[in-house]
Amino acid sequence: MKRLAGLFWSLLFLAVPIFGVITFAVAPAYDIWLPKDVSEHGASVDGLFYFILWLTGGVFVVTEVALFWFIWKYDANNKKSEVKYRHGSHVLEVVWTIVPAAVLLFLAIYQMNTWADIKMRRPNMAPTVEVIGRQFEWRLRYPGRDGVLGTPDDLHLVNDLHLPIDEDILIQLKSMDVLHSFFLPNVRIKQDAVPGMKIPVWFKAREEGVFDIVCAELCGWGHYKMKGRVTFESRESFEKWLEVKYQEQEATQASNAET
Amino acid sequence: MSTVETKTTSVQDAPQKQETHVHAQPSSARKLSTFLSTYVFSKDHKVIGLQFLFSTLLWFLIGGLLALAVRWQVAWPWSDVPVVGKLFAQQGGQMAPEFYTMLFTMHATVMIFLVIIPILAGAFGNFLIPLMIGADDMAFPTLNMLSYWFMWPAFIAFGASFFVEGGAASSGWTSYPTLSTNVNSSPGAGWGQTLWLIGLTFVGVSSMLGSVNYMTTIILMRAPGMTMFRLPMTIWAMFITAVLQAFALPVLTAAGFMQLADRSLGTGFFTPEGNIVNNAIATAGGGQPLLWQHLFWFYSHPAVYIMILPAMGMVSDILTCFARKPLFGYRPMVYSVAGIAGLGFIVWGHHMFMSGMNPALGTTFMVSTMMIALPSAVKTFNWLGTIWAGRIQFTTSMLFALSFVSMFIIGGLSGIFMAATPVDIFIHDTYFIVAHFHYVLFAGTAMGVWAAIYFWFPKMFGRTMNEFWGKVHFFLTFIFLNGTFFTMHILGAVGFPRRLADAYHYETFHHLQPLNAFMTYCAIGMVASQIIFAVNFFWSMFYGPVAGRNPWNSNTLEWTAPSPPGHGNFDFQPIVHRGPYEYSVPGVESDHLMQTDPPNAAATAAAAAAH
Ligand code: HEM
Ligand SMILES: [Cu+2]
Ligand SMILES: [Cu+2]
Repeated sequence: MKRLAGLFWSLLFLAVPIFGVITFAVAPAYDIWLPKDVSEHGASVDGLFYFILWLTGGVFVVTEVALFWFIWKYDANNKKSEVKYRHGSHVLEVVWTIVPAAVLLFLAIYQMNTWADIKMRRPNMAPTVEVIGRQFEWRLRYPGRDGVLGTPDDLHLVNDLHLPIDEDILIQLKSMDVLHSFFLPNVRIKQDAVPGMKIPVWFKAREEGVFDIVCAELCGWGHYKMKGRVTFESRESFEKWLEVKYQEQEATQASNAET
Repeated sequence: MSTVETKTTSVQDAPQKQETHVHAQPSSARKLSTFLSTYVFSKDHKVIGLQFLFSTLLWFLIGGLLALAVRWQVAWPWSDVPVVGKLFAQQGGQMAPEFYTMLFTMHATVMIFLVIIPILAGAFGNFLIPLMIGADDMAFPTLNMLSYWFMWPAFIAFGASFFVEGGAASSGWTSYPTLSTNVNSSPGAGWGQTLWLIGLTFVGVSSMLGSVNYMTTIILMRAPGMTMFRLPMTIWAMFITAVLQAFALPVLTAAGFMQLADRSLGTGFFTPEGNIVNNAIATAGGGQPLLWQHLFWFYSHPAVYIMILPAMGMVSDILTCFARKPLFGYRPMVYSVAGIAGLGFIVWGHHMFMSGMNPALGTTFMVSTMMIALPSAVKTFNWLGTIWAGRIQFTTSMLFALSFVSMFIIGGLSGIFMAATPVDIFIHDTYFIVAHFHYVLFAGTAMGVWAAIYFWFPKMFGRTMNEFWGKVHFFLTFIFLNGTFFTMHILGAVGFPRRLADAYHYETFHHLQPLNAFMTYCAIGMVASQIIFAVNFFWSMFYGPVAGRNPWNSNTLEWTAPSPPGHGNFDFQPIVHRGPYEYSVPGVESDHLMQTDPPNAAATAAAAAAH
């Protein structure tokens, strides 16, 4: 009976790595996994994610199985062998300090370039569009026909972002009121919008399609509904769309002027 | 109430120091004042510890119920809330989004500031420090009493904030400006937020009083022979936690006052110029929202270690006791706690990778964060080394301690994903983060706290808790917690954001509702399992089997005192002859040598040989 208790508890601890691995193994089959990536830099983000997943997954399985094994093997009711009276081991301490230190340092250096590409090496260009967070919508401002932001002919839109594919996009991110976070899950981009700051965000989309813009920083009671859509399309259809929107804006401005 | 018991320990060489209390026959007024000074305004560290324990356990219940309400909304948005739905009838039994926002804010606030921090430092720190170092009380008993009573204004401020207009604070436990500073930004940004800041300040004062006391006590009041490197890990952890508190807390307190001033005096430390919230008039500003984040995390990152180091210490002691084996790598364990504390001051920026902070600075914080995983790894390996080749006794306490190790591995490893800045772009502010901190804080610290409660309960109340129901409690909690929190990792892998009242209208997330429903069922099971604990706890206090001084055959000093110890703790002067982990010493008849046992030739020889 007592032996069974030891077996039971050790198996419970063995269940941790087993179910842990199963969860991660079956999740992609149910589409509970990284959403589709349409960006240029996303592959290196996802690559790093998988690299860390395999690395930590390995450590996870090894340490959890070791824990199970010790619990099972050294159950007081199950074994007769002597307790090893040891206060530690110099060699082991050195090994299990140096090895993880080296791995972690490698990880740190290995990822620096990706981070610099996404957040530090900003393309030298004028902003494609300005995105302004406001409770609880995304206000968009395209430079008008003069190609310059901040002039009277700017095009103003809400929540409906269109961008051309296969070229550098530079977004100027601002907030009017509180913090928001501009999150494009399918582009592997996230950046907080901070009142008082103009933050550049850049990427290159490689596939056409319509995707979610999610607000990822708590911005008040309506945070959950601060949703936008981004449409990636070819240069031509992007320009066509821009022209249509521009004319719509002019039309409403004209009718506003009449009334 | 007699504190004089017959001595059962083998210590003979200690000078006697008996405290005899002569209670004259009290009149009823005297009775009342005795009652008040013994149980209410007591300066006895044990009573204060228990006061903290009972208060925090009560708040634990409240925090747990808040969590269930949060989970309800996440799983079944806008559906009628069962049982309590009628209480907030604004929406006919449904939860309004601002109510949901308030719920998760207050859930985290309660759990962090009113449960985890005070239960570790306040309850266990108070109860254990003097007992484990062989002192008769804390260095400053009055400060100690005040540290408990300063929690009450906090309890009242946080508690009352639910009932003020606009409800309690709802800008997250991180309280980021300008959502928190601009009173127009949300319903809870009015009185609720002000009370939140007041409450936080009082919690801070309480922690600071405790911290000064713990440092002084541990440095000055150790029993003869108790050198620093003979201290049990629990005490080392409490000591370093107190140091962390003392250095980090003033920053939070100052920041809290700045936020209060921004809100009530219009100082604008955290508000930029021309900030327009909710169509109100633009503020004067001249400040920076990121300043708050730096100040807040300068405290709150060290605070996450304040929330786990004491649990690590207690778990180390429990593991050695029930593996009947010395702690593996005592010094590396001490150094890694110190390392975590030191590095803990230079990693706060990892909460701000996406905040708009200079990305090059982000890289620096990334490197220091990667490095802080190292001492955590060293600790884990040493715990594994401790149970290796031991003789494991499956007590409830041991099961909780083992699960602490198992779960901390998960929480530590998920930290590495988030420390990697490019990966954090995707998982920041998603459920991956929520998974991470529940693995370290609930699956880690809370499980460690249960291990400690089952372990030291006999010392606190003189009786042991029921083992069978303890194990049932462990089993259910363990299963349900993993069901609730492990799945959060894969939610995070989809990018499922935290703090959303309803995420299913996003195309990316609409298929995740069934998984969330499963997690909510597990969460309900997890909270329900605590009924078993509560019943066991109170029943055992009165009817549990009476425990002797040392029911677990443990080595540390508190087990030489009576259970429960009387005023002044020890009925003899403890003198320490060795470290706390001399279990299964070869050539010694008993499988444990207490710190106070007289010097033993065989033990000295064995220790020399084993080094
Ligand atoms: C192995 C060491 C650890 C590493 C590398 C690590 C890393 C991180 C990082 C990078 C974040 C920020 C993620 C983000 O917001 O994007 C984070 C969040 C957090 N960590 Fe850890 N962590 C570690 C251990 C711990 C421990 C031991 C605790 C607590 C006992 C803890 C508690 C938290 C909490 C509460 C948050 C979230 C705060 C919030 O945003 O609400 N972490 N961790
Ligand atoms: Cu938002
Ligand atoms: Cu942190």
